[in-house]
Amino acid sequence: MPGAVLHMQRCLASVERGFLTLKESIGDPVVEMRDITVKFPGVIANDNVSVDVYSGEILALLGENGAGKTTLMNVLYGLYRPDAGRIRIHGEQVQINTPNDAIRLGIGMVHQHFMLIPPFTVAENIVLGVEPVNAAGKLDMDKAIRDVEELSNQYGLVVDPRANIDDISVGMQQRVEILKALYRGAEVLILDEPTAVLTPQEVDELAAIMRSLVHQGKSIIFITHKLREVIAISDRVAVLRRGKCVGTGETKNTTAEELAQMMVGREVVLSLEKEPAKPGDTVLRVENLHARSGRNLPALRGVFFDVKAGEIVGIAGIEGNGQSELVETLTGLRKSTSGHIYVNGIDVAHNQPRALIEQGVAHIPEDRQNRGLILDFTVAENFILRNYYKSPFARGINLDYRKVQAHARDLISEFDVRTPHENIPVRSLSGGNQQKVVVARELSSEPKLLIASQPTRGLDVGAIEFVHKRLLAQRDQGKAILLVSLELDEIMSLSDRILVIYEGQIVGEMAASEATEGELGLLMAGGHGKRGLDTERSERSGQYGQQIQEPLRTHVKPIS
Amino acid sequence: METNLADVTIYIALVVSTLRMATPLILAGLGGVFSERSGVVNIALEGIMLIAAFMGMLISHFTRAPWLGVLAAVASGAAIAALHAVVCIKYKSNQVVSGTAINLFSVGFTGFMLRKVFEHAGQSPPVPKVADWTIPLIEKIPVIGAMIGKHTPFVYLSLIAVIISNFVLFKTKLGLRIRAVGEHPKAAETVGVDVFAIRYLCVLLSGALAGLAGASLSLGFLSQFRENMTGGRGFIALAAMIFGKWTPYGTLRACLLFGFADALQILSQTLGLTFIPTDFLLMAPYILTMAALAGIIGRSVPPAASGIPYERQK
Repeated sequence: MPGAVLHMQRCLASVERGFLTLKESIGDPVVEMRDITVKFPGVIANDNVSVDVYSGEILALLGENGAGKTTLMNVLYGLYRPDAGRIRIHGEQVQINTPNDAIRLGIGMVHQHFMLIPPFTVAENIVLGVEPVNAAGKLDMDKAIRDVEELSNQYGLVVDPRANIDDISVGMQQRVEILKALYRGAEVLILDEPTAVLTPQEVDELAAIMRSLVHQGKSIIFITHKLREVIAISDRVAVLRRGKCVGTGETKNTTAEELAQMMVGREVVLSLEKEPAKPGDTVLRVENLHARSGRNLPALRGVFFDVKAGEIVGIAGIEGNGQSELVETLTGLRKSTSGHIYVNGIDVAHNQPRALIEQGVAHIPEDRQNRGLILDFTVAENFILRNYYKSPFARGINLDYRKVQAHARDLISEFDVRTPHENIPVRSLSGGNQQKVVVARELSSEPKLLIASQPTRGLDVGAIEFVHKRLLAQRDQGKAILLVSLELDEIMSLSDRILVIYEGQIVGEMAASEATEGELGLLMAGGHGKRGLDTERSERSGQYGQQIQEPLRTHVKPIS
Repeated sequence: METNLADVTIYIALVVSTLRMATPLILAGLGGVFSERSGVVNIALEGIMLIAAFMGMLISHFTRAPWLGVLAAVASGAAIAALHAVVCIKYKSNQVVSGTAINLFSVGFTGFMLRKVFEHAGQSPPVPKVADWTIPLIEKIPVIGAMIGKHTPFVYLSLIAVIISNFVLFKTKLGLRIRAVGEHPKAAETVGVDVFAIRYLCVLLSGALAGLAGASLSLGFLSQFRENMTGGRGFIALAAMIFGKWTPYGTLRACLLFGFADALQILSQTLGLTFIPTDFLLMAPYILTMAALAGIIGRSVPPAASGIPYERQK
């Protein structure tokens, strides 16, 4: 990759020399990780990785899933002990054996899956482990609340210290996590995939918070696999691939394409090539669909839309606006309270999942491990979950395992599932290969309608590319595809038509070719549509929302 | 039989019986609260109580010092709990299986020891029991004095234990950490809380409290050990803990209610309640517990990590 080497300094071979020029410009590094090696049974998660962080900068740690980014940061935070390597903080060699050691050295970590205790209050979560006590040894919650308020004012991170974690938004929970680290005097903040759970507007806010933190002298290490965020947010970037550091340098000297290539190790096409859709007959029509959530609250409140053969309809929305309930209702997993679901003209609203399968509905569920697969069953068994009861697999009350295995071998080669053979538990496959098993099973049934819910969640670039290509191929074969995703990029690049769901209603529809991220983001936050603006959310969209309101009116036709 | 519900002695008898029946439940129930709040299910309470009741009696028999017996009961309770803790925390095995094993072991062990030491099956000879405490002043108040003025020390100890447990769990940093470990151990560990240390501490504490509960049976209300004398009280204590939503005061209230059901059954003749089969009164606590678990009366949600062994990565 000559292009990459031009701009980026190789960090493997000549680490010390490579950073010399940077040291002059930014000062001494706060954190120096040298030759870190971490071995897991059968894998080298980090192989001689060296990374430095300077005071007052945002360093992006970029890499695919499984590249070793989180492992490396868990070493810095004392959760893993490296098999080899040294860490220096402010030039002094240190031993970090536990999170306590890390905290003492001024390192704080915000984990990808928040480490918050749901029934506790914000203040309780922030002080846990370093609780203020009064003279009598009693927990001093008043002081805790005052401290949290003070800290939240100092850094502009607005939280309600008395609220329960259960009751606050994901964006708010993330602020609590950041405050937790700051409360412990963190100078270096590690943010593990902080944007994965946020809306575009919340991402902008987070970026502003990160800017303000480094302005006040903090350093931030920011783990991500999203190139755009690296470019937009970071000062410097270090790229990991398969446990090795393959490059590091200043963000302004590189491009998304170059970073993608370093990350994956080959040329990647960042934009999908696709022919215009040729929509045919309506396959799925949803009319005035209502359903309740698991907590018995209204989750779908009159949903109307249709999907035609040969098109991909994407449903964009912030998590928790009824997407899961919509998918569950359409696949027979949840009972609708009223409304109609027509598949090829037949009302299937009250059908059981098996009846829907027989109607030609396939489903890639959002949670492959709990819904898509039985992890302790073999790959071969997982392939027949939809149709094990039918010929050729069923023979009376027996299963014909030879047919099952032959079927599995066909699918494994057709869908390039990386597994030693078909008789190992699907649990032992990587996430990407597990998803391939689900995709293979659902697509091999020759469905008329495919409902794909977050089909690429947690997959790396290569696997995402694979799933996307397969979905497009299905579309081109004339299948109707409903795509539900929290990844706006995915919705925008795959869909032919985009619907926006907000609080259980479709609040906007547009052709994908006309959609922009700003418009969609605003609709997703409830900024436009018949319910009007709600104050808290409109404040959060702020300036950004203002700028795009004008073109929005011309583009989007709200449905009512 | 002639009954007179206006006769104050009936009410005194009811209160006294309720407290007596509730005391071992309260102590064991608090043990359950500590253990489960930290994330370890301890259904071994029953067996721990039984072994502790036996050890307490044994030491009191040989030393003639009942309080030494109490100490031995508490220590043996903690020792058996330590076994449970190592199996569940260090070796991460199934907590219910470990607890069941201890319960089955305890019946055999105490029965065998009884015959070995006293060459007598069924029950031990009488041993010195701890003397009742009288509460000055209160004892002198009419009616109230008779109800709560004079009891075996275990009654008062159990009530004091409730107050202390509630303070520890909800007003101290140790309590915050215990609850954090029981809800989300990984989150607790990332802020430097030692999950294993907290769990060991809580399981040992639950054993000590169950041990005290055992001592209350053989050295408080009776002055001897009888085979299988716990009679399922360890399980009733767990039911009370669930019914009391894993809080000390809730557990206290549940234990008093269960104790009251027992007292009604004991006094049903005197109270003229013969039209209700006593079995129904005895069943009532369990029906209430199931109703609480099913969410019919105030949903009871256990600590999220209760029963799940904690595994540190790498």
